Amino acid sequence: MTPVMQELLIAVVKVAVLINVLLGVFSGMTYLERRVLAFMQFRLGPNRTGPFGLLQPIADGIKLFFKEEAMPEGASRWAFVAAPIVSIATAFTAIAVIPYGPPVRIPSFEFLPEWLRGREVSMQVADLNVGLLFIFAITALGVYGIVMAGWAANNKYSLLGGLRSSAQMFSYELSLGLSWVGIIMLAGSFKVADIVNSQAGGFWNWNACPGRQFFAFIVYLIAGTAEVSRTPFDLPEGETELVAGFHTEYSSMKFALMQMAEYINMITVAVLVSNLFLGGWHSGVPGIGPSFFWFVGKVAAMLFFFVWLRGTLPRFRYDQLMHFGWKVLIPVAAVNVLATATWVTLVR
Amino acid sequence: MLEAILFYAFGGLALASAVGVIAQKNPILSALSLIVTLCSLSAIFGLLGSPFIAALQVIVYAGAIMVLFLFVLMLLNVPRQEEGDGPRGMLKAVAILLGLLFVVQVGAVVAAHEHAAAPAGYEATTESVAQLLFSARFLYVFEATSVLILAALVGAVALAKKDL
Amino acid sequence: MSFPIQHAIYLSLGLFTLGVVGVFLRRNIITVFMCIELMLNAVNLAFVAFSRAQGALDGQILVFFVMTVAAAEAAVGLAIVIALHRTRDTLDVDAFNTLKW
Repeated sequence: MTPVMQELLIAVVKVAVLINVLLGVFSGMTYLERRVLAFMQFRLGPNRTGPFGLLQPIADGIKLFFKEEAMPEGASRWAFVAAPIVSIATAFTAIAVIPYGPPVRIPSFEFLPEWLRGREVSMQVADLNVGLLFIFAITALGVYGIVMAGWAANNKYSLLGGLRSSAQMFSYELSLGLSWVGIIMLAGSFKVADIVNSQAGGFWNWNACPGRQFFAFIVYLIAGTAEVSRTPFDLPEGETELVAGFHTEYSSMKFALMQMAEYINMITVAVLVSNLFLGGWHSGVPGIGPSFFWFVGKVAAMLFFFVWLRGTLPRFRYDQLMHFGWKVLIPVAAVNVLATATWVTLVR
Repeated sequence: MLEAILFYAFGGLALASAVGVIAQKNPILSALSLIVTLCSLSAIFGLLGSPFIAALQVIVYAGAIMVLFLFVLMLLNVPRQEEGDGPRGMLKAVAILLGLLFVVQVGAVVAAHEHAAAPAGYEATTESVAQLLFSARFLYVFEATSVLILAALVGAVALAKKDL
Repeated sequence: MSFPIQHAIYLSLGLFTLGVVGVFLRRNIITVFMCIELMLNAVNLAFVAFSRAQGALDGQILVFFVMTVAAAEAAVGLAIVIALHRTRDTLDVDAFNTLKW
């Protein structure tokens, strides 16, 4: 096997594992969100399908699978079908370049071929030189899924919902990118693995701490929540606004794909916050070594934080949302970049 | 080997969607074809060894400029079959003929010159491009571009306002 | 790199010609605009290909500036199109044939 074929094979296996794990986490999140939200609101949530309602995601999946697929009459056929595909493709592509743990060394088992024994495998599908720029680019492309979905349905509520939603997304993209510039300057590289490793040491080295990039952390939390349209920025999917926004005319599998894309975007933001700001797979304690489980714990905490936000905060009005994104977040992020650049130039 | 296959595949896709841009009747489908062209061009930039420009192409062109185009198209509510009568068949044939002539002539000039492959040590990473961009050669142009963007921003808002 | 740079230049030539033919053939202003963007992208491709053939990074810088100028031009151009649509209520190029509004 040539080295190129070896790399390709390992990448294919990583992709298969990643997609399956993500789908599992997605269905777990749908269940957990409903349960935790329910407990926060003093009610019980789904607890009838299976013990403790654990079979609820399966029931939801079966229901969505068997519903009737309806396409409105004046809809543009290509764009209507392509929109959920674009959404889900960009969601999965962005998550492919993020590392999930420290590099793993495959132990030398007997049944493994020669080139695989003792090989060090990074826990990331592709280690790009311009990792963060790539993630930003793919997030920018995710807007098109929503724009196409809103337009293709030939329905004025869909169109307005799609336009509003995509305007919200690209308004908050700018502060999202600017909040990353500070940590890129501190780590000196676009690779996410390098940024995680620059936070090794104690928990005071994490980028979220006041000495490092605290304001960028706050800006990214807010901008990330707005990007994935979670409460309090969930105007696009609020039930009382504009019917159901851009996915009014979608049903069955296409709707399931768009929901999946939204949840996977949320998981991406949670993973990125853990990697970029909370130290990734490094434990906060100087003595204890890095491990995949620290990473999982941090992502779980972030996902719980998202559900917590949903249960607590009311929704922003659209003009408040736009005002906040353009007139508050971008100046804060820009000042943060300026301050970080000054500090890096003077001190290093 | 893999690079050659990817290059021809993305090149073909770019040409096909460019034909889609000029041939589609509905301008919104035209815009979507242009987005496909831009993304395949970005892949070709990556194959030509420029990851920074490839990422920038998607972020700036496909991710921002085309969103602006799509917004304007959707807000102005351009009707679907708007090209009832384009230029008549004769003019269309002449335009395509002249286009072919142009391709053949310039293609002959390009084919007459040999271009060597990339010299070794060609590193178009973000660091090297940024070093060159902020060096004394291009720094003034870079700052002037930021003034240009500010002027464009003010101009666009002023022109599109309802009450001047 | 296993394909000749010539082919990238041919691709750039093909895209540029398609853009020019599009500007001649289309009647909607915004579609004409999109064909102009196509031409600009063809030129970007030529710059990157030549930059690689010569091993110098100046081509990349020029691509950066071309993209910036294209963004500024698209913004102002579309604002003008919106203003035109407000006065004439059509986007047909042939409708704007008199200076009187």
